Amino acid sequence: MSTYTGSAATTEPAWLRRALIAAALAFMALFLFLPLAVVFVEALKKGWDTYLAALLDDDALAALRLTLLAAAISVPLNLAFGLAAAWALAKFEFRGKSFVLSLIDLPFAVSPVIAGLVFVLVFGLQGWLGVWLQDHDVRVIFALPGIVLATVFVTVPFVARELIPLMQAQGTDQEEAAHVLGANGWQMFRRVTLPNVRWALLYGVILCNARAMGEFGAVSVVSGHVRGETNTLPLHIEVAYNDYQFAAAFAVASLLAGLALVTLVLKFAVERRLQNQLKKALQ
Amino acid sequence: MLSRLLRRQHSVLPGFSLSLGLALLYLGLLVLVPLSAAFLKTATLSGPAFLAAVASPRALAAYRLSFGAAALAAALNAAAGLLVAWVLVRYRFPLRRLVDGLVDLPFALPTAVAGIALTALYASNGWVGRWLPFKVAFTPLGVWVALVFIGLPFVVRTLQPVLEELSHEREEAAATLGASRAQTLARVVLPTLAPALLTGFALAFARGLGEYGSVIFIAGNMPMLSEITPLLIVTKLEQYDYAGATAIAVVMLVASFALLLAINLLQAWTRRRQGER
Repeated sequence: MSTYTGSAATTEPAWLRRALIAAALAFMALFLFLPLAVVFVEALKKGWDTYLAALLDDDALAALRLTLLAAAISVPLNLAFGLAAAWALAKFEFRGKSFVLSLIDLPFAVSPVIAGLVFVLVFGLQGWLGVWLQDHDVRVIFALPGIVLATVFVTVPFVARELIPLMQAQGTDQEEAAHVLGANGWQMFRRVTLPNVRWALLYGVILCNARAMGEFGAVSVVSGHVRGETNTLPLHIEVAYNDYQFAAAFAVASLLAGLALVTLVLKFAVERRLQNQLKKALQ
Repeated sequence: MLSRLLRRQHSVLPGFSLSLGLALLYLGLLVLVPLSAAFLKTATLSGPAFLAAVASPRALAAYRLSFGAAALAAALNAAAGLLVAWVLVRYRFPLRRLVDGLVDLPFALPTAVAGIALTALYASNGWVGRWLPFKVAFTPLGVWVALVFIGLPFVVRTLQPVLEELSHEREEAAATLGASRAQTLARVVLPTLAPALLTGFALAFARGLGEYGSVIFIAGNMPMLSEITPLLIVTKLEQYDYAGATAIAVVMLVASFALLLAINLLQAWTRRRQGER
């Protein structure tokens, strides 16, 4: 009679374990690691001079400025929204709460192209406000405001989604204590709530920023692709690529791939702290 | 007023009306009003005009490709994602943490970058494409490759926490009761993972359905053959056919909302299944 051993019954034989690890790594290499590597290899294929020239090109620099500007406006807006939404949803019980929660997730379910399209329907020349805007000489579509609106739309959920579960788990005891001790609303928020959620806040902002700087579909629909004026970095990549300037396209792409890697490192650093905080709150 | 109308419990904390009011105003102006513009614009179309726009042969071919490629990509993601999540949670190997971190790459990498990278890789002279006996880039297969890339983290990140919570005791119990390892996996482990696996599949499918940036570079974009629905919307917009573009967008929005509802139900099921253990 064979004796039962815990390890043999609850795990796989060593050869199978190794085969499964190899299969998982092979799949990830094919679909994740190689695409990342190819960006840098293609970017440097024609040497450093071409690489730097592509990055220092006037249109590329204008695209970089526009990308930074659009993110610098959209991320703080969604940060403020995330804090307001999380305060209402996590600290109070009210009718229709789960409905509001699904509303926050809605932009993730909408195709980026449609996110751009709806703003064209409101602000475009044939749209609701088109004639009025033209009469007052205000440009929204094919200009910065449209790019910001589309970026905000696709990044609405990021901060709120990270804050709500944490603030729910933390409950209201600490804020109530501050209130009883005489703190006013602003003091309570700044001294108690904000420090308690700082990691979740940072985590949400990191993800929100990555998406804001990298958004392609929604921005592409509202931008109009005017070189040096309404092209963001991802749109600049498309224009260069379609002009068969592959080295230039990949050079700019390597910049955004670098941003993605920085995002992953920051995310990794913050994730553990956030999970510890959440675990502590749930105990 | 808002607070008296909605509140279920009295709370001493301030700021309910202000924060909820601001949040709803923001969502309303930036999300709901623009989205309603799509439905109102479509409502101006007559019935036959609407049908002609959403059921033209070109639109039907685009739906077939979008839904088909997204479903097939999500299916591969479910299988590969299960493998990756299992290996990452259960086994120890060098650089495991690094590999785990890179699973999120499709979330962090801008879609246009992913699009040109996958195209370079899977083109017939690319690192991967040159070894394959068939064409991938610029065919419907290319659409599938891009959607596999985009969808993987959804399955892995949905499964990982469930796998981590899964206690060894139940597997040990099954083994002491005489189950083989294969029986334990099929009868104990897999049923526990099923809701999370389905959720991951649905999330990857929903993302794939609307994906644009990573697909258009690798797809070839031939009408009737390799043109995805979001691209058809953009094409119609560029031809100033706003009503036609919006009608197709409404079809996609309805599909997305139905999926969102299904995902919410699946997530509730996942939580219940986890609570049972």
